[in-house]
Amino acid sequence: MATLFAGIDIGSWQTKAALVDEEGKIVGLGLCRSGTDFQGAAKRSLAIALLAGKVKREALAYTVATGLGRENVSFAQGTKTEISCQGKGCYHFFPEEITIVDIGGQDSKIIKLNDRGLRTAFKMNRKCAAGTGAFLEEMARRLEIPLENLDALARGAEKNLELGSFCTVFTATEVLEKIRQGERIPNIVRGLFLSVIKRVIEMDTLPHGTLWTGGVVAHNPFLVALAEERVGAKFRIPPHPQFTCAIGAALYARERGGE
Amino acid sequence: MTKGRKELKAAAVMQKIMGSYFYELNEAATNKTKKIAWCSSVGPAEILRALGFLVYFPENHGAMLGATRLASEVIPYAVSEGYSPDICSYLTSDIGAYLKGVTPLARSYPGIEKVPRPDVLVYNTNQCRDVQDWFFWYGRRLKVPVLGIHTPRGVRELKKEVVQSVAQQMEELIPPLTEIAGRPFDIDELREVVTSSLACSKMWEEVLKTAAHKPSPLTFFDATIHMGPAVVLRGLNEAVDYYKVLLTELHERVRRKEGALEEERFRLYWEGMPIWGRLRSHAELFFSLKACVLASTYCNSWIFEDFDPQDPFYSMAKAYTGIFICRAEEEKERYLKAMWQLFSIDGVIYHDSKTCPNNANCRYGMPRRLEMETGVPALVINGDLNDLRLFSDEQFKTNVQAFIEQLEEKKENTYGALDESRTNAENERQKITP
Repeated sequence: MATLFAGIDIGSWQTKAALVDEEGKIVGLGLCRSGTDFQGAAKRSLAIALLAGKVKREALAYTVATGLGRENVSFAQGTKTEISCQGKGCYHFFPEEITIVDIGGQDSKIIKLNDRGLRTAFKMNRKCAAGTGAFLEEMARRLEIPLENLDALARGAEKNLELGSFCTVFTATEVLEKIRQGERIPNIVRGLFLSVIKRVIEMDTLPHGTLWTGGVVAHNPFLVALAEERVGAKFRIPPHPQFTCAIGAALYARERGGE
Repeated sequence: MTKGRKELKAAAVMQKIMGSYFYELNEAATNKTKKIAWCSSVGPAEILRALGFLVYFPENHGAMLGATRLASEVIPYAVSEGYSPDICSYLTSDIGAYLKGVTPLARSYPGIEKVPRPDVLVYNTNQCRDVQDWFFWYGRRLKVPVLGIHTPRGVRELKKEVVQSVAQQMEELIPPLTEIAGRPFDIDELREVVTSSLACSKMWEEVLKTAAHKPSPLTFFDATIHMGPAVVLRGLNEAVDYYKVLLTELHERVRRKEGALEEERFRLYWEGMPIWGRLRSHAELFFSLKACVLASTYCNSWIFEDFDPQDPFYSMAKAYTGIFICRAEEEKERYLKAMWQLFSIDGVIYHDSKTCPNNANCRYGMPRRLEMETGVPALVINGDLNDLRLFSDEQFKTNVQAFIEQLEEKKENTYGALDESRTNAENERQKITP
């Protein structure tokens, strides 16, 4: 039986599990809602990943937990911040000097690695929800649109609607005003995507080849296309963009467990 | 006691002298035995002491409001009076506390119920303009005279004309202050006070410089507490006596090679205001990461080596205008680079304090410029000196842990400290005045 290593990324909305083997090859991935029971979510996501990989838990040699709930995973032997894990996971796919934009449910990050995979800088968004998944979720709720429909709606817009406010609550007011003025919903949704992009691109410089990751990107790849247009650079989405952080954690587990 | 943290024994002595200071103020205010002046923390306290005033520092009270976490509770009272929540949260918490009728002094010093009523308020705008608005609020409220010194800011070179203009303003304070004090001004008394302030300043510098040793016997978190006498008692011999006690203890730690932390893996510099309401939890977090935050511009700001008893007005003006916060960006950068070298710093944490733009040196690109120039990694964290509503514990923790992970990776891969060749003896000779 091959030895396996697990990474569990407990985010504010979703918990992601990744399993890698001794070669660093991805064996299984699992995803579930984080809810309020982080320990339970960690177990569920791991169970899903084991099932997906058709492997047994007994093969698990070492687990590293990351993300907001990283200290709530009692079965993990180690923890690492999501910033390090995200870098590790992305460098696994692109072993070169990279810049990463990660848009999560609760925060956004920009991470810079040198060509050896060593982090040279990172930034997290300020406290508010602007530029995060929470912002899009709140707006979708107010517009009574299922989250999974946002990407298609934004693609169907006929113009780039500009929303000016920094603040989620003020943006909601602005959106209501646009609706009153008869603005089409697809245009508003694209405006919301642009709002997220504006918050993110002011955090740091984004060169050609920047990798975009996180749940928001995984479900709304059109947001990255809009960002390319706005910045005037070509960006990339790595494989499994929602899981790169969990994969990074699993790779750290492999380093530690393999010692 | 914080787990894993080695408390300094001198703290007990400090608590005693700080207690005496506040009780004396309270007694004077209650029984009108002595005149009381309120002074901004880097204001002309020496002139006030020379005229026999007891001197009270509202900024010290502001820090106490922050440290006791009363600030977030009382700030809304000042905001409802028309003071923006975006301006100095020392100001809003201090005025808010006054409006609500509370003070942390009552918690720490039984028998004291309120802050001592002033006979005069004296500010210096060398740190920011907010002190002026803060003091004028009390001036109007308590019908007390307010006097001020308006110092040029963003000073590049400390030219004679600049210093002279401040010195002249200081001299012009004498007639109105003499009248309020009800006693004549004697230049020799001022010389004595300046002599004592200079001695205090030198001792405080010696205290802070012990952190250049490896391991450091002192942390930034210790220093924010032990700076109390340098702020409120400078000009009095009690402050000098206290720092002799503290210095003896620190020298003993150095002699035994005993660090403030059980293990010191990383040496960090704190740039900007402390987050007063989280001092303890931040100290614990850094201890758990074996990272010693050991030096800061903030604590260095009460070193005034330019004091000269032979020329008290001019030298005070020079000392109080030469402070870091009052200087131009390039002077600040020169100073920070020197400090990182002196203290062998592995990483810098900039606190972008929301309501203290004057003491948030990360808003005009400095962290990136200095990181590129020196190779010393920087982390900018968002927060506030007093208003904890502007601070996220989880974000702070993740940022700091990620920063330490970054330093670990760097250390494991061709790591080199800023200047490992510098000896302790060389550090002793290095000045840390701006």
